[in-house]
Amino acid sequence: MIPFPLHLESLLGKPLMYLVFLLIGFLFGYVLEISGFNHSPSLASQFYFKDLRVFKVFFTAIVVGMLLIFGSSAIGLLDFNLIWVNPTYLWSGIVGGLIMGVGFILGGFCPGTSLVALATLKIDGVFFVLGSLVGVFLFGETVDNYRYFFNGSYFGRLTLMDVFNIPAGIVIILVTLMAVFMLWGGEQLERIYGKKDPAKAPKARYYGAGILVLVAVSIAIIGQPTTADRWSRLAPIRQQAIENREMYIHPGELLDTFHNHRLNLVMLDVRSEADYNLFHLLDAVHMPPEEVPGAIDDLIAMPANTVYVVMSNDETAATETWKVLTAEAVPNVYILSGGINNWLDTFSTVLEEEVCGEAINADEDQLQYEFDAALGSNCPAAYPDHDQYHFEYEAKIKLDIKRAPVGGGCG
Amino acid sequence: MEKNTNTAPKKFQMKNLFNKPSQPYANPYLGGVLLGLVLFASYFITGNGLGASGGLSRYAAFIEDLIAPGHIDQVPYLIAMAGGQRNPLDSWIVVVTTGVLIGGFTSGIIHGRTKFETHKGPNISNQTRWLFAFIGGILFAYGARLARGCTSGQALSGGATLSAGSWVVMFSIFGGAYALAYFVRRLWN
Repeated sequence: MIPFPLHLESLLGKPLMYLVFLLIGFLFGYVLEISGFNHSPSLASQFYFKDLRVFKVFFTAIVVGMLLIFGSSAIGLLDFNLIWVNPTYLWSGIVGGLIMGVGFILGGFCPGTSLVALATLKIDGVFFVLGSLVGVFLFGETVDNYRYFFNGSYFGRLTLMDVFNIPAGIVIILVTLMAVFMLWGGEQLERIYGKKDPAKAPKARYYGAGILVLVAVSIAIIGQPTTADRWSRLAPIRQQAIENREMYIHPGELLDTFHNHRLNLVMLDVRSEADYNLFHLLDAVHMPPEEVPGAIDDLIAMPANTVYVVMSNDETAATETWKVLTAEAVPNVYILSGGINNWLDTFSTVLEEEVCGEAINADEDQLQYEFDAALGSNCPAAYPDHDQYHFEYEAKIKLDIKRAPVGGGCG
Repeated sequence: MEKNTNTAPKKFQMKNLFNKPSQPYANPYLGGVLLGLVLFASYFITGNGLGASGGLSRYAAFIEDLIAPGHIDQVPYLIAMAGGQRNPLDSWIVVVTTGVLIGGFTSGIIHGRTKFETHKGPNISNQTRWLFAFIGGILFAYGARLARGCTSGQALSGGATLSAGSWVVMFSIFGGAYALAYFVRRLWN
């Protein structure tokens, strides 16, 4: 299994987890201070091209952070699917960003830098922080008047790779080159507007820029892990689980799960559309295998009590989909044992038997019943009467801890 | 014989901590590399990036909860943080924010930069600087709530994870600031 990121709360308990966060915050504050982010004239003078210190720190940090994140993902240390990627809300992001820009040039700080300024007793920083508390208060009081705007233009977990439909490696090279170009351009602007001599800065920065570009190219060459790569890392453990049938749940357990309101049941029907239209379980979502990769982000983002049950006519296609979902770090995925055929064997009533006629002897993973009409979920077997059936089965569903963060640092 | 008292270590005085000569800031590229390392460590260990405005808003909700606890339960936006028995400070981002304060203070002490002072442009008074810092704080925090994150939570963290929305927010922040800079140049120049 890919070990990182860690689930700290279950690993260390809450107090120690908070200690780790305190340490990260400490380092964050320390680095902001040594970088000069508590000095408001430095922050402001980047907007007059005189001293681009803050701009340099900022874009260097983005590139270094990005290369380390995608580099460790490329070599399989870190699971990018389990990392919090800020969801995209287009218009509230644009308007909020512009308002922030105005606050930036008037106030000379942003929230993180103002905290460091406050901590180092800069009085202008204290006033900025006090203003921020008022701003947060005003937002809470007013947002309800335009909540459709605030929650609108939502695109979910959307990366630059999704927008431009190019591989992560290319985006990484482009971002790195853009940053290096911007930093170089920044030095030229400083020379013109700030009367600074770039020749006095240490030569090492050229080597540094070269290293960043080299690393970016290497990451692009290695590439981000595909589903097959991810599965081959998991296979030694998970193949055994398949052989032990650890994730194949009895139809009776699925029926009981319908009525377990502590679980959020999501049923994924991976059969052809024709089979799905003939018969499917009530509330089962039709998701043919080719649509699964595009749905991973949404599935991971579901609440922590979500249980996914994959089903096909028997088990072959469902097991393949299970492998994809498990490899992509979707937690709590199960398979309906025996698939829809077994479900119909178990729950079909007089009504379905009238429509279905006899069970036929079809090929593997084909529907074993012949339907005269497309029933969809409009028949008793799609939602069997819970009180009528009692099964003895080995309960297999148990909730794993959700490792993906449920919110970023801005909530 | 008694030794000369002059050789005894100088008595520790609190005020000396704040009167050290200020050292210059680090090279910006070095600062950037270190900041990138901290950002990566945060993602690598916890799955989450860095943030500041989230912590600030929870402090604000905490203060509001002290003053008007009944009011919190009527504002949907605040209920999520501080509704009912919920403690708005019981969140990892508040802990990070507290760490930022301690880390900034520590570095300031070590490098002789923790001292009462006001930084400002040469042509305005301290009072004007404070007023604009206050107004800027209001606007920045309002915008940060609207955009669901600030320069740390959106631009830096979201930028490094290549979130499309975060890059939009980043360019909007810089765009807003550059667009207005000329008109308020007296504040800083």
